[in-house]
Amino acid sequence: MINKKVASVQEALEGVSNNMTFMLGGFGLSGIPENAILELVKRKVSGLTCISNNAGVDDFGLGLLLQQKQIKKMVSSYVGENDEFERQMLSGELEVELIPQGTLAERCRAAQAGFPAIYTPAGYGTEVANGKETREFDGKMYVLEYAFKADFAFVKAWKGDEAGNLIFKGTARNFNPNMCGAAKITVAEVEELVPLGTLDPNQIHIPGIFVQRIFQGEVYEKRIEQRTVRQKD
Amino acid sequence: MLDKTGIARRIAKEVKDGYYVNLGIGIPTLVANYVRNDIEVEFQSENGVLGMGPFPFEGEEDADVINAGKQTITTLPGASFFDSAMSFSMIRGQHVDLTILGAMEVAENGDIANWKIPGRMVKGMGGAMDLVASAENIIVAMMHTNKAGKSKLLKQCSLPLTGVACVKKIVTNLAVIEITNKGFKLLERAPGISIEDIKNATEGTLIVEGDIPEMII
Repeated sequence: MINKKVASVQEALEGVSNNMTFMLGGFGLSGIPENAILELVKRKVSGLTCISNNAGVDDFGLGLLLQQKQIKKMVSSYVGENDEFERQMLSGELEVELIPQGTLAERCRAAQAGFPAIYTPAGYGTEVANGKETREFDGKMYVLEYAFKADFAFVKAWKGDEAGNLIFKGTARNFNPNMCGAAKITVAEVEELVPLGTLDPNQIHIPGIFVQRIFQGEVYEKRIEQRTVRQKD
Repeated sequence: MLDKTGIARRIAKEVKDGYYVNLGIGIPTLVANYVRNDIEVEFQSENGVLGMGPFPFEGEEDADVINAGKQTITTLPGASFFDSAMSFSMIRGQHVDLTILGAMEVAENGDIANWKIPGRMVKGMGGAMDLVASAENIIVAMMHTNKAGKSKLLKQCSLPLTGVACVKKIVTNLAVIEITNKGFKLLERAPGISIEDIKNATEGTLIVEGDIPEMII
């Protein structure tokens, strides 16, 4: 077993510096690497490019980095529900690249899988395809999209072991598996770091080979963005 | 004239037994409430769940189980969770049978605009561009005119496009319309709405052939 366990979030984020490009898992606030984000806030690294489907809310998730103006550029598919984001975007302080959600996922996966680029039909004929190479396959048009290049991927899983194997829960899985191994260093934080041999190899979602560092997060708030319920009859 | 619920009820009739269906945010989400209960349908949400059920009872919400609108949901027996790349493999790979989404504008050739208004804060396209670029069967649920009373069924979209020549059918508060090579073909009228009403509310080419029945909701 090659041991990927680090003692703390501080050790997990060793090597993080200004002007780097990060991938961060999560959809809305579900499955975001809460502990890594809080540590980035403490370290005050700035000039960051963040590849993440969303940008958090004002006081949670990536919104915390925005409050401190640590982010130079966001690469996302949807960035609603965040006033500070809107303010920085409209004032020109924050650069924003909006890309289709499936393209975002596949550009991560391409980086993980060793493909330099992929062709997707998404965005063809729209401003998203402006300046990009297009090509016809079997009578349909596609846009060439490049694999992401990132320094760190910060992902969050439900359970993991010292070998770096990961299991995700529910829709908190989202972009997390696609970002593992898609950056130079993948840092996985888990709700529960279980003893080696506990996880059934048949049930592993991401094998440890894609993960360089793993730690158990201290606290998980797991905030719900849109609490929606029905009444009992 | 239909209200939003009426639009959702009419679209629910387009959902067939054995369909995997992706519902957009807004009116499309309501469609799930009106699908016949004697057919088997599975709802996909692009954040990574197939087999979505209703909202949870109070106290049973799970932060790890949400839909694409970030609302807490439940899953039904037979449901599955998956990552974002696999989710869009279902969509891009045309494994999802029907996509229902809202729009700001639709053009008579099937172009759709639903993500951006120049000069206003742009929140992003989310999964809409992937959905419209790939789905074989796209139904748009929307009001026939905007808040200013202007037609949303146009010769050409004025807003930045989400996808080109992709919409197949539109269900509005006034009509059911099919997109053909020649323009918007009127299929059904909403209760109490005349062909003239629909013509007046449609900027694009409206094709009216034979008797146009009133919708059965």
